[in-house]
Amino acid sequence: MTLREDDIAVSAAVPIQRGARMRPTPRHAVIAGFVVIAFAVPLIASSFVMFQLSEVLIYGLAILGLNLLTGFNGQFSLGHSAFYGLGAYTAAILMHNYEINYLWTLPAAGIVCFVVGFLFGLPALRLQNLYLALATFALATAMPQILKFHALENWTGGVQGLVVDQPDPPDFLSMIDGDQWLYYVTLVVVLLMFAAAATLVRSRTGRAVMAIRDNPIAAAAMGINVSLYKTLTFGVSALYTGVAGALSALVVAFVAPDSFTIFLSISLLVGLVIGGVGSIPGCLFGGLFMLYVPNIANSLSNGLAGAIYGVILLIVIFVMPAGAAGFVRAASAQLSRWRQNPAEGGHR
Amino acid sequence: MKQFTRRTILAAAPAALALSVPFVSARAKDYGPGVTDKEIKIGNTGPYSGPASGYSPVPKSQVAYWKMVNEQGGINGRMINFISYDDAYTPPKTVEMVRKLVEDDKVLLVASPLGTPTNSAIWHYMNEKKVPQLFVATGATKWDDPKGHPWTIGWQPNYQSEGRIYASYILKEKPGGKIGVLYQNDDFGKDYLKGVKDGLGDKASMVIVEASYETTDPTVDSQVVDMKAKGVDVFVNCGIPKFAAQAIRKAAEIEWKPLHVLSSIGNSVGATLKPAGLDNAKDLVSDFYLKDATDPKWKDDEGYKWWSAFMDKYIPDGDKTDAGYVAGSSLAAMTAQVLKQCGDNLTRDNVMKQAANLHDVMVPMLLPGIKANTSPTDFAPLKQVQMAKFDGQRWNLFGDLLTGAVG
Amino acid sequence: MELLLQQVMAGLANGAIYACVALAVVMIYQAIDHLNFAQGEMAMFSTFIAWQLITWGVPYWVAFAITVVLSFIAGVLIDRVLFRPVQNAPILSQIVAFIALFSILNSSAGQIWDYTIKSFPTPFGTAPLLGSMVDAHEAGMIGVTLLLLGFLYAFFRGTRLGLAMRAAAANPVSARLVGIRVGWMTALGWGMAAALGAIAGILIAPVVFLEPNMMIGVLLYGFAGAVLGGLTSPGGAVVGGFAVGVLENLAGTFIPYVGRELKLTLALIMIVIVLMFRPNGLFGRIVVSRV
Repeated sequence: MTLREDDIAVSAAVPIQRGARMRPTPRHAVIAGFVVIAFAVPLIASSFVMFQLSEVLIYGLAILGLNLLTGFNGQFSLGHSAFYGLGAYTAAILMHNYEINYLWTLPAAGIVCFVVGFLFGLPALRLQNLYLALATFALATAMPQILKFHALENWTGGVQGLVVDQPDPPDFLSMIDGDQWLYYVTLVVVLLMFAAAATLVRSRTGRAVMAIRDNPIAAAAMGINVSLYKTLTFGVSALYTGVAGALSALVVAFVAPDSFTIFLSISLLVGLVIGGVGSIPGCLFGGLFMLYVPNIANSLSNGLAGAIYGVILLIVIFVMPAGAAGFVRAASAQLSRWRQNPAEGGHR
Repeated sequence: MKQFTRRTILAAAPAALALSVPFVSARAKDYGPGVTDKEIKIGNTGPYSGPASGYSPVPKSQVAYWKMVNEQGGINGRMINFISYDDAYTPPKTVEMVRKLVEDDKVLLVASPLGTPTNSAIWHYMNEKKVPQLFVATGATKWDDPKGHPWTIGWQPNYQSEGRIYASYILKEKPGGKIGVLYQNDDFGKDYLKGVKDGLGDKASMVIVEASYETTDPTVDSQVVDMKAKGVDVFVNCGIPKFAAQAIRKAAEIEWKPLHVLSSIGNSVGATLKPAGLDNAKDLVSDFYLKDATDPKWKDDEGYKWWSAFMDKYIPDGDKTDAGYVAGSSLAAMTAQVLKQCGDNLTRDNVMKQAANLHDVMVPMLLPGIKANTSPTDFAPLKQVQMAKFDGQRWNLFGDLLTGAVG
Repeated sequence: MELLLQQVMAGLANGAIYACVALAVVMIYQAIDHLNFAQGEMAMFSTFIAWQLITWGVPYWVAFAITVVLSFIAGVLIDRVLFRPVQNAPILSQIVAFIALFSILNSSAGQIWDYTIKSFPTPFGTAPLLGSMVDAHEAGMIGVTLLLLGFLYAFFRGTRLGLAMRAAAANPVSARLVGIRVGWMTALGWGMAAALGAIAGILIAPVVFLEPNMMIGVLLYGFAGAVLGGLTSPGGAVVGGFAVGVLENLAGTFIPYVGRELKLTLALIMIVIVLMFRPNGLFGRIVVSRV
């Protein structure tokens, strides 16, 4: 099994103009509209919905981390639950044992995960596809075991986990409650990191990363330092997912080894594919899917929740094989064809 | 169109104000969130899917129990709307589902959420929001904490106290023994191990092998072989049915006959001993607080007959050898008792008051003599167990009711 | 020394289980160039069907035969119905389809047959051999695995059909050009993998007890064994499976302090280290890609 370049929906809309200022496009309008709505939602929605939306954003960020590695760099990972858990525990331990302010735990988690991801990326250079899958699988299985390990219990809380004190909004914002404040914190962090990722992808670095995915030998022939970029991407990818994990520690206010199993890795992978591999906005759709579809399956039948989830998954994959982003891309391409050739009814 | 009598206005007003502090007054009829004249809404979470789905009979039997209660007229004239969500045994999902129950569905209380990490995740939230977290379906020691967490109440004899009971039994029967403990590498397993070691006190060095396993391990044969090779002659087997059965069978295969103490998690005749081989399980010792539905001894017992009829009518496809159905129906019966005791005063405060006010409450599948008791300083309803020895056909209870007194 | 020997034997016994599964994994990989994450669940479901037949009174070998045939047909159907629509989709989408199948099979089995463990009969008996080091069933398992290995080797290397299947997997376009019905080769590969999985499940169930989550841990180790041996080599997969079994047992018993709790982690780390030095597995062929 090889990740061929046509396997991953190429995000074709990467402008190659250098230095050209970008004209406002419908795409920008959509993004702006989304941001405005995102900031306005807490005014009308309940605390519980804010909690759920925070989780959606967090999952979207975690999926973005995986996307950077798998979608943009072609390195298959089943191990991102480990980085998510590592970020969450870093935040929890810093707050629980050392009483560090919650905002500082986010960059701390990011740095720790970057280092671990980078270090993991080094041996991963030698492994391809399925073999890399096994290595990352090993990482994902190791994490809960390490977290439960009795020698580390004083820090990690062992099997019982750690309770995190949910931060309160700052005094000058006392009219909003804890859930709304955490939502805004999450929203700002996620927006910033998404913007950073988008910028990265459109830059020379991003093109190098994608070139490595598409044809590593040609990329090396063009002078790209393949090893450096691959390990750096691993690190950045781990950083993103780690920050998502740290945010989740704040929002859920509890960490335990059972929260970070291989099944989380699989869910992230599913979310990535459903959102659209290689698509940045698709990650948020993946996050929505990760949170709400199990609930939907559960509401249809308690006993067969897993089976219904599987059926929904199959239907979505049949209808949108390239994920939501691929579907939107195909639909808008069809629309623009109709616009260009109204007389022929859109048929070529 | 309903008549606006004084009664309905009194009923409607507190329900409408359910978002804020519920009415606490000395009036004859007092409603918290989720309560009307005709209905009480209560919530629950459990692992219907995911790797822990083996425990799904526990919430499933609760759903069936409340269906039975409603068909028999409800409690004090009110139907019970039992809302049960799947949390796949992942704490973040439990938090989400419980918040949904409390903030969206506006239930009066949450009954018997299953699992230790999952209950730990919502522990703080439930106490902060002052929502009753009744009869949690786990045996961790921490739930008996009326001062620190007045809105959470436990249920079963906790694992550490069971471990202590095994330790005192071993000290009596084989004081010079070399002990090997097989335990699952998670909260309940580690609790059992701690209980055994604490119960041995300064003789804790009798434990020479601490063999853990993961639920993803295919077999525990290696751990059993290890114990025999190291000269263990007292085997404390705290595995769940699958691994307990494997250990029993392997021990017989390698002709190893230690003093074999089985925990209550893995002692069902039908679910564990039969697959392991009834002959291989002779002379096993264990502790019970619930009746084993597969033990022929209870065939004519009133409690068993009630349970069997309940299963036949409400869960006809259910596997009667699964102890989860016994646990779940017993849990629901306990919550039903609390609601009954509340009468018309169905506020959250009164629910906790009644939950802390159980005197010698019996449910059909509890062992004869074992009753639930709570008080404002004692949030552990079931504390007693009784030891039994397996003779190749059935468990024979012996000795007095014991308490391990932890927590 | 006796402990070492006993743990090695116990490891080989476990390893026989993993070798069975590893063989099925490599088999399907050779036939369709995919890794089937739902392989374990398919095997588990097949084993439940066999159990149900036996419970209804069908004699063991008849139930065995019926189950293998039904599994073969089911494998073909799954390929035609589930994977035909996504065969041109990106590979990650296909993986998600496997995950969906996993979920459906696991949940359905739990709903139909409940989660209590069921004992499964063994045709080999349980008499201890070699002085209670290994029992008859475990020996039978090893024997059957080796037999299947031999059969598959002969099939793939010695028959035209086997050659056609390998060609279809390695290069579908060229295969079509020489007249091979690639679609049917893939379906055949699926059927064979499903049948193999059923046999593996039927052999494994007497040891680990039958329940819906029976194969999850086993598939993990089987996958590790297949990768260790090299995904292009069925013989390597079998060796890999045994190696994983022994490695895991020895790590658990002899590595002090961390061994017991981190058994699985250590076993996987050791495999990853091996892969560092031989990235295509111990016996895998090195695939050279041209630019």
